[in-house]
Amino acid sequence: MKKVFSRPESLRKKFVFHYCPGCGHSIAHRVIAEIIDELGVRGTTIGVPPAGCAVLAYNYFDVDMIEAMHGRGPAVATGIKRVRPECLVFSYQGDGDLAAIGIAETFHAANRGENFTIIFMNNAVYGMTGGQMAPTTLLDQKSTTSPPGRNAVLDGYPVQISEILAMLPGTAYIERCTVNSPANIVKTKRAIKKAFQYQLDGRGFSLIEILSPCPTNWKMSPIDACRWIDDVMSKQFPIGVIKDTPAEAAGKEGAGHDR
Amino acid sequence: MNSKVLMQGNRIIGEAAIRAGCRFYAGYPITPQNEIPEYMAENLRKVEGGVFIQSESEIAAINMVAGAASAGARAMTSSSGPGISLKQEGISSMAAQELPGVIVNMMRGGPGLGNIRPSQGDYFQATRGGGHGDYRTIVLAPGTCQELADLTMDAFDLADRYRIPVVLLADGMIGQMMEPVVFKEPKPRQYSADYVLKGAGTGKAKTIKGLILDPLDMEEHNWKLDRKYRVIAAKETRCEIFNTDEADIVIVAYGTAARVAKGAIKRLGDHGIKAGLFRPISLWPFPTEELRRLAGTRKKFFVFEMSTGQMLEDVRLALQGYADIAFHGRPGGVVPTPVELANVIVRQYRRDR
Amino acid sequence: MIVKTIFSGFGGQGVLMMGYSFAHGAMSEGYEVTYLPAYGAEVRGGTANCTVAVGDEEIASPIASEPDYLVVLNTPSLYTFQNRIAAGGLLFLNSSIISARPSRQDMEVFAIPASDIAEELGNARAFNTVMMGAFLKRTSLVKPEIYLKSLETVMGSKKKAVVEINRKAFSAGYDFLKA
Repeated sequence: MKKVFSRPESLRKKFVFHYCPGCGHSIAHRVIAEIIDELGVRGTTIGVPPAGCAVLAYNYFDVDMIEAMHGRGPAVATGIKRVRPECLVFSYQGDGDLAAIGIAETFHAANRGENFTIIFMNNAVYGMTGGQMAPTTLLDQKSTTSPPGRNAVLDGYPVQISEILAMLPGTAYIERCTVNSPANIVKTKRAIKKAFQYQLDGRGFSLIEILSPCPTNWKMSPIDACRWIDDVMSKQFPIGVIKDTPAEAAGKEGAGHDR
Repeated sequence: MNSKVLMQGNRIIGEAAIRAGCRFYAGYPITPQNEIPEYMAENLRKVEGGVFIQSESEIAAINMVAGAASAGARAMTSSSGPGISLKQEGISSMAAQELPGVIVNMMRGGPGLGNIRPSQGDYFQATRGGGHGDYRTIVLAPGTCQELADLTMDAFDLADRYRIPVVLLADGMIGQMMEPVVFKEPKPRQYSADYVLKGAGTGKAKTIKGLILDPLDMEEHNWKLDRKYRVIAAKETRCEIFNTDEADIVIVAYGTAARVAKGAIKRLGDHGIKAGLFRPISLWPFPTEELRRLAGTRKKFFVFEMSTGQMLEDVRLALQGYADIAFHGRPGGVVPTPVELANVIVRQYRRDR
Repeated sequence: MIVKTIFSGFGGQGVLMMGYSFAHGAMSEGYEVTYLPAYGAEVRGGTANCTVAVGDEEIASPIASEPDYLVVLNTPSLYTFQNRIAAGGLLFLNSSIISARPSRQDMEVFAIPASDIAEELGNARAFNTVMMGAFLKRTSLVKPEIYLKSLETVMGSKKKAVVEINRKAFSAGYDFLKA
């Protein structure tokens, strides 16, 4: 009988994800591992997990990994990729890690056109620390540090990080996806694979933003959390390709080349 | 081939690093060390595999260094006080992850923004780890441009040998000064590359991490680091002992302050006071045993620092009350003259008698 | 033997180059040398100075609390440093620019109309090399040929005209002072 479904080679053999029921991280992990398998690059991949819920990603991925301090993933990835340009390098970051404490590292890695990929898990909340307000928390969304709901005057606005980074000439590919349905998971996989391929082709910085359900901190059932992404979250953060720089243009701008 | 050249201290660090096989530098401009990134920008990129990045911040720089080190490169960053403070998170992380790297601090007056004049106010920060958690970094304090060259090269060797961040602690004066220097032949790089990330190949994946959630495991990691630090403390102390054979009084000073002290020693001779110098070159590990041995025969010690008295604490710990210790400090970016120091010591000496 | 010299003037007058080339020459003569420039914001557009220590033994402090020699290119520098010269020290001043004279009697003063001399030679900017000629004539720390070679090395200029004017300027300064 033909085996149609099995654990990806790039995931470790024996573990149970520690993520909450309905969380998007485990889906994203699996998708990334499948792509690494499909591209045949497990042996040359280096990943950088963040501080956040996914800090233990190295317990799941069976690829070389170095944990970064909170927000510093893009800086660590820069150091790795510049020393080992032949490797597939990705940094895996949450919204607090990427858009708050690590905004400088993210912005400037993108602006330098560093030839690696960021997987940006946006769940509009600080998950690991217990549901505090994130830079991507929606207006009126309740969190433990915005108990009545995020107030634009007092708390500022949700940050559209992908759109901001798309303005930088150093970025080659940016797409926003979500993992709230089988169809969207397939699209997410396609997007990440494209981003990794761009990197392997030396085309410069790529970022895939994934709207990821956090039922625990959103205080919803997993199903409701998936619906909330469709009904509310994706209105603030529209799904789709935000930037796709043609290969020749990337070459012209020098992104990713001649490091 | 290795002829004498007249070179500025900061540029010497850059050249020595490149000769020692440094292939990755990231840094952010701050006076008085800007010539280091400038030298690297000009020269490191010319070297095969050499990477220079002007980073967006000191924090980014040290984390880039961590990444480069994890990928197997000899990597360096440099800064001065305020920037070094920003790097502490990354240094702590590198200590936890046991990554080698060289961090140069050309000290300036502090605290806060302070000023850009030479100072020694970062001694505590450098020798006590500097960031959060139980850790140490090796700290080397050059006193001359020649030592800048030698210790920069040694710093990379030590970083590799012990998989530890090594701090080169000097100040704005040595950085700006020019002196003739001869670059020694670098030693071939010796290190165990088993931690280096290059992709798992067909083998097991490697993980470099500092997050250890189980307190007992974290405790064991702390003890493991501590055992390493004990080996370093036993084997890697360095100091210069100068003119102490006949000395009535021993000045304890490092770096620029030690040069001022040497100048003062000559003048003290004119006053009929025989003085010698104990100059720690490794500030951590502090040459405790060497200093204590000296206290077997010498009873008057005079600590001189360009700070309000930081190394003073290590001297007290080393001498444990077996000798008299006096102190003179000029913090805030002041470099006193040998005349001033000599006068202070003369007054102190006469008062004691 | 250790002698310390302070060179001082406006930023842009070539003060640091004087000290650097002198230090290089002294190194070529086999001396121990330290060259210490004033640095940072204070040298941008303001006064610049540097200290060169030359010795046949290890140089402890590169700072000169009592310089043996002082070379000044502008009046503010004269006022700043004149009281620091060691008793019996030598002061070289560019008399084309500086009309003031120090009040102290315990040092020897050499007034060199360096700017005028340089202008006569056709390049007013070479006045600092004129000063170096006079300075080295009197102090004999570096032989003229060795100094000129060092000057060319540190200037990094291969332009014949530049080399030529500096050689002329140096000779003019050197010959200005009687042996």
